[in-house]
Amino acid sequence: MISLESLNRALQHWLQSTLGDPWAYLVMCVLVGLAAITLFAVLGLALVYMERKVAALMQIRMGPNRVGPKGIFQTSADTLKLVMKEGLTPDGADKFLFNFAPFLVMIAAMLVLAPIAFARNFQIWDLNIGVLYVAAVSSIAVIGILMAGWSSNNKYSLLGAMRSAAQIVSYELSAGLAILSIVVLAGSLRISDIIASQADGWWIIKGHVPALIAFVIFLIAVTAETNRAPFDLAEAESELTAGFHTEYSGMKFALFFLAEYINIFIGCAIGATLFFGGWMPFHIGHWEAFNRVMDYIPSSLWFLGKTLFLIFLIMWFRWTFPRLRVDQLLNLEWKYLLPISMINLLFITLMAILGWHL
Amino acid sequence: MFLTDYIKTVYGTLGSLLKGMRLTGYYFTHKKEIITQQYPEVRPVLAERFKGEVVMPHNENNEHRCTGCTACELACPNGTIKIVTKTEVNAEGKKKKAIDTFVYRLELCTMCNLCVQACPSDAIIMANNFEHSVYDRRQFTKVLNLPGSKIMEGVE
Repeated sequence: MISLESLNRALQHWLQSTLGDPWAYLVMCVLVGLAAITLFAVLGLALVYMERKVAALMQIRMGPNRVGPKGIFQTSADTLKLVMKEGLTPDGADKFLFNFAPFLVMIAAMLVLAPIAFARNFQIWDLNIGVLYVAAVSSIAVIGILMAGWSSNNKYSLLGAMRSAAQIVSYELSAGLAILSIVVLAGSLRISDIIASQADGWWIIKGHVPALIAFVIFLIAVTAETNRAPFDLAEAESELTAGFHTEYSGMKFALFFLAEYINIFIGCAIGATLFFGGWMPFHIGHWEAFNRVMDYIPSSLWFLGKTLFLIFLIMWFRWTFPRLRVDQLLNLEWKYLLPISMINLLFITLMAILGWHL
Repeated sequence: MFLTDYIKTVYGTLGSLLKGMRLTGYYFTHKKEIITQQYPEVRPVLAERFKGEVVMPHNENNEHRCTGCTACELACPNGTIKIVTKTEVNAEGKKKKAIDTFVYRLELCTMCNLCVQACPSDAIIMANNFEHSVYDRRQFTKVLNLPGSKIMEGVE
């Protein structure tokens, strides 16, 4: 059976036998980079289309339906338009920072891709502190956002960037605690170990109610960290026109836009890995026949399906809930999410020590 | 006391959020709720009273009911209508006023319906047509009476 794992192994073997060790390694690095960029482009197109369709259906509309069958080429046409537009740099802007910020945001999004397991044994870098790495590196994007807001020399941009930074920094806490609760259960920070620990059932099922609470908190924190409604006050268009990317146009704007969707994908991929077992098929205890049938579905499809489900949930939030005010936002984090997730973490630790989980 | 309030707030919030999500989820899964009309392919169903433009109906003998009284021209708040009259000699040799051209400037019209209400002989009505876009704005100036048309018999 052809899988991403066997393809990867065959390619590696062929490169090693034809080019020798250092060159094969180099070529693999280049190929991985190309694959990451291709993934980004495809994800950007597909997720924007998905978002527009989901938004339309939830608002009793049709959504894009003119360019191509069911409008599937709408996002490609939009990208073409953005590529051809002029990328303006305002006169009063700090030229270097202004032009560097979108790339920094993209680089931060790209770095987080490294430890994510896309399929069985198909991972760019299985480092032993994978989850910690994700939590740490995803915060670099804040610097890019602050940079964009500051260098634009525009009050709306600066206000949006400050809000965004405050929001990401505070919600990082509850996201970290939610991640930590699964780390406590799995007993490892390595992504492949966390997935392997869910072979007999996903943590959201094995961890009972505390895992469910951790999942809800994680989902809320991811929504806040990606600056999406109902936490989109960093770019609240009714107050700040567009927040930190007010002054950006053309492809530089497109990079911010793309980074937003990549961050959603990565956040949901981490969520799927921690709570839904990543590429691990759905297994029930000792039902051998049922487990075999589930194993026939490729692991990459399991991963993609779970991630898309979480992305759909986040889109569902966006098109249902109204935006929070700044004080409400901070209330929610410091008065509700943080205490609840701390107590929840205590419960989960107790559960892990006493072995109450399945 | 504080703790029960706290739990109540969390519980109530989650409940109301789920209620909202249930509604949008219902819309998402039920395509029949979509209210968008596929306009160019599917023609819209318009109410009969919809006001699209002023027209002057003619019967099969190319006759209209306009006497040229200019009540509509006077009633119009923004000078949309201009009536040019002429004097005609009828079969009995009597002189009679009649319209030469009924000029209607669509780009000035606000579809307020005052001209139709002012007309004593029901010569003009509001039509349903709403597709007015043209490539040259001079085409907005229309002559409503057809060439060679006469006033209907018996309309004074």
